[in-house]
Amino acid sequence: MAGLTIDLNLYADEATLIDALLAGDKHACACMVRQHGGQMYAVALRIMGDPDEAEDVVQDAFISACGKVASFEGRSKLSTWLYRITTNAALMRLRKRRDDTVSLDEPQVGDDGDLLPRQLGDWEIDPGRQALSSELRQEMEAAVESLPPSLRAAFVLRDIQGLSTQEAAEALEISETALKVRLHRARLALRERLAGYLAGQPQEMAP
Amino acid sequence: MNDHDHDHGECRQLLKDLSDYIDGDLDETLCVEIERHMNDCDNCRVVVDTLRKTVLLYHDLPAEPMPVEVEARLLKCLDLEAFVGAN
Repeated sequence: MAGLTIDLNLYADEATLIDALLAGDKHACACMVRQHGGQMYAVALRIMGDPDEAEDVVQDAFISACGKVASFEGRSKLSTWLYRITTNAALMRLRKRRDDTVSLDEPQVGDDGDLLPRQLGDWEIDPGRQALSSELRQEMEAAVESLPPSLRAAFVLRDIQGLSTQEAAEALEISETALKVRLHRARLALRERLAGYLAGQPQEMAP
Repeated sequence: MNDHDHDHGECRQLLKDLSDYIDGDLDETLCVEIERHMNDCDNCRVVVDTLRKTVLLYHDLPAEPMPVEVEARLLKCLDLEAFVGAN
């Protein structure tokens, strides 16, 4: 990281960092980017599924965040506010992409009847006790990309980034109940998709 | 679900609560109901088990770190390069 060193402890805590941001301190802005840029990039990448587009999203998001720090009311954590801006930027790009090329193959989740589990085989894999093979990782990433954007965003924030239900709901500006509904539909769809790969298949350890 | 010799309606009814169940967010009465149902319904037992495994697998999915050059371009587009490495 030659040349990219900044003292992340320059601000004693988040409140001090926020005060400095509100005062227009550029060091504080750089510190916010260094502290939160990686997490926002990870979310953007999972939602967009493309590194170039993830980079564009993160740039849009931080330009927006640095430009409207004054609108940060401090009711949520700084990271939750940034997740909201980043997710909005990503979903806006996806909407634009969909307008440009009408996708006919995006799976649509309709009424609850569509969510009834159809794959009913056991999985032999034991999560947490073995590393994920690169093939399985690719399957998992493709499965997330196949979700409709609103379900994908809920799942990425809650289950991949590990936000609490409350934080994920705040980031998406929806109720906790709505977040839970989206999350559940996403999980069921992913389970169904991964079952095609995992059901009845003994899993080898990753090399 | 398929091939049940009992009321499918109960499976449909319980399906909507399964995420709350595996997250530990469900009240005890409903947990007991789900567990009792799973004892009689192999399909639902598999669905709960594989749904839980789905969530655990994604917890283990490693995050792609932001490449150094992407961060450098981000700081540049924010006109913040001068404020990094200044201490």
